[in-house]
Amino acid sequence: CRYNKADDDLEMTMVCHRPEGLDQLEALTNFNKRELQVLYRGFKNECPSGVVNEDTFKQIYSKFFPHGDASQYAHYLFNAFDTGNSGSIKFEDFVTALSILLKGTVTEKLQWTFNLYDINRDGYINKEEMTDIVRAIYDMMGKYTYPVLKTDTPKQHVDAFFQKMDKNRDGVVTLDEFLLSCQEDENIMRSLQLFENVM
Amino acid sequence: MAAGVATWLPFARAAAVGWLPLAKKSMPKPPIDKSSKSDEILYVNVSGVRFQTWKNTLDRYPDTLLGSSEKEFFFNEETQEFFFDRDPEMFRHILNFYRTGKLHYPRHECIQAFDEELAFYGIVPEIIGDCCMEEYRDRKKENQERLAEDTEATEGGDRLWRAFENPHTSTMALVFYYVTGFFIAVSVIANIVETVPCRPIKGSVKDLPCGEKYQEAFFCMDTACVLIFTFEYLMRLFAAPSRCKFMRSVMSVIDVVAIMPYYIGLVMPENEDVSGAFVTLRVFRVFRIFKFSRHSQGLRILGYTLKSCASELGFLLFSLTMAIIIFATVMFYAEKGTKGSDFTSIPASFWYTIVTMTTLGYGDMVPNTIAGKIFGSICSLSGVLVIALPRADKMRAQQKVRMARIRMAKKGTTNAFLQYKEDRGLGVRDHVGDNTALCVKNRSAFEHQHHHLLHCLEKTTNHEFTDEMTYSEMCMTESAFRTSRSTSLSSHQGVNNNSTGCCPRRARRRAAMRLANSTISVSRGSIQELDTLHMKTTTILPQTRSSLNAQPPELKLNCGEPDFTAAIISIPTPPANSPDESLPPSPAPIPGILRNTRATACTNDTFKISSL
Repeated sequence: CRYNKADDDLEMTMVCHRPEGLDQLEALTNFNKRELQVLYRGFKNECPSGVVNEDTFKQIYSKFFPHGDASQYAHYLFNAFDTGNSGSIKFEDFVTALSILLKGTVTEKLQWTFNLYDINRDGYINKEEMTDIVRAIYDMMGKYTYPVLKTDTPKQHVDAFFQKMDKNRDGVVTLDEFLLSCQEDENIMRSLQLFENVM
Repeated sequence: MAAGVATWLPFARAAAVGWLPLAKKSMPKPPIDKSSKSDEILYVNVSGVRFQTWKNTLDRYPDTLLGSSEKEFFFNEETQEFFFDRDPEMFRHILNFYRTGKLHYPRHECIQAFDEELAFYGIVPEIIGDCCMEEYRDRKKENQERLAEDTEATEGGDRLWRAFENPHTSTMALVFYYVTGFFIAVSVIANIVETVPCRPIKGSVKDLPCGEKYQEAFFCMDTACVLIFTFEYLMRLFAAPSRCKFMRSVMSVIDVVAIMPYYIGLVMPENEDVSGAFVTLRVFRVFRIFKFSRHSQGLRILGYTLKSCASELGFLLFSLTMAIIIFATVMFYAEKGTKGSDFTSIPASFWYTIVTMTTLGYGDMVPNTIAGKIFGSICSLSGVLVIALPRADKMRAQQKVRMARIRMAKKGTTNAFLQYKEDRGLGVRDHVGDNTALCVKNRSAFEHQHHHLLHCLEKTTNHEFTDEMTYSEMCMTESAFRTSRSTSLSSHQGVNNNSTGCCPRRARRRAAMRLANSTISVSRGSIQELDTLHMKTTTILPQTRSSLNAQPPELKLNCGEPDFTAAIISIPTPPANSPDESLPPSPAPIPGILRNTRATACTNDTFKISSL
């Protein structure tokens, strides 16, 4: 069943998306059965209909960052999760992304991050996209920070980022440049191992 | 922190991978999760009824009994379950709250029992869902009113007083009760009957009111009633446990108002002019009917209801008054031209507006012009609408209160994070000792992970979270630094130190006494645009104002000296610890040191310093 936003006055068909079987999901992802069960129980409890739409997603994510405004970053996250561009995240999308982020290889994680930054999915990260992302991240900090946030702080951050990542100075960062630069950076490599044991 | 999102925490942490390439600093270590990872089923035995639930379900709300480590106290080793000796029926609702995230109020349950259960399980009633909130609130108000009445009834230890309040205590009291009731009725009826026209006396044509025909009879009856009432009032006054409180109570005021006119009439001379006023006073005799409220519970409840609805009634009255004034003005100007119009002035139009808006429509004043008729019809339509207003406003007002409470809860989580950060910092030094260590342990795993997430965000952006006060203080510092014209070296140093964190938040929040020694010279006529300076006792804010009459500031940035020298113009909220010295606002410019106060406060006290 599909929830059609256009005629929600006429029909109130409840979306009831059911995910594929446990075995298939286990094959698709790096989680074992038990972990999938825990994840699904939580997911289903929050979204009985089986899908998450963008508003709910933003609401949930904002609850973790009460200081600032997490909606913009949540919007980019949502697009990164919603690989099929369907407007809603199903359990399979959710669990696939989590599998990459928590149990994937370094390359996979970096690829996912590149995908997140590349807002228009054209294979290149340009300065505007990066500025949007960085601004969204700074929005999450809120107003009361120490030291005080200046208006050009995101811009400086982006400039520093491009300085590091854009090897051939052509104004855009490609996937290879990104992967190369990240692998050269010790800090990034180390912190990528941080979230291994979240599940 | 609202639960349910606890299940999304792994996802939020995973999403933090997106920040990693941008991070300016390296990420902090994640908290070590000692507990076993796998989700287990917990058994909860409530007076014999066994409930089973996932551990994760209960962990959703870590600040309740079941979600925190407090439930360990109820763990029964032999049966490997949590045993609560409470009502299983109520527990069903509590557990459903964990499962669904919404707390419902069961209508058939007693409100007090429900409240007690909530208090036991550490759940605040504010989170009752919208569906049940109104019912809950109404029941609670009702219950509180009833309780208030009961306490009123049982107060007053004196036997005589109790006899007055509760007539069933003794036969004497009952007799007295009925006698007074009878005389109240007699008095009210006499008031009514004396205005009825009786047959005229022989010789005259006009109909006389009975009061004037049988003047002596009525006078005798009135005297008798007033005697009884006076006697009753004096007895009550004598028996009252607290005379002042009794004299101020509503009932005693009514008693006094009921008997005063008679006495005033006795002492009043038979003057024609004054007796006009005296007649008016007789109106107050009708208030004797309110004395019945001692005899009737229902009347008292009506009184309480009116009192509790006072705000809504007040708003209704206010909105009606506004509308009346507006429409009266409009009608007056609309009907101004016509000859022989009833709308002679705006106050005269008030009568028309009121009669129309309350849909009475007497018809003694009607508009004649077309404009008048149009506005008249708008007036009557809006009258109906205005009556319907208060309901919607009440709901919106309630919604605002809920939002405010949620915002406060949000602030609570904000502060929790800041608290966590300094605890972590302090935990290493362990300055305060065991207290902080325990604090840190008491936090749930969920909170640890959440705070770790926030910490990662801080490291990514290379900025830290602070609270509002620190932020505004820093803003002031920066603007002051920018605008102060003549800054001596030490003040420069001081401001610099502040911005780079010489006496940072860590020092400020330390339990030890850390007060800086600083002097602020204030002079009038400065070009500072600073209106107020928020100053914490531990930070220094040296300011040298205009060079005209400023003394060279004496700045010693010694952290650790207990003396605190400051020019304090006014202290609106003096801290509890420091001596309560507030300087009178002096009109003349005061350069240099004004007062040497020994402030012993060591917490975040804030002095507000207003420039002259």
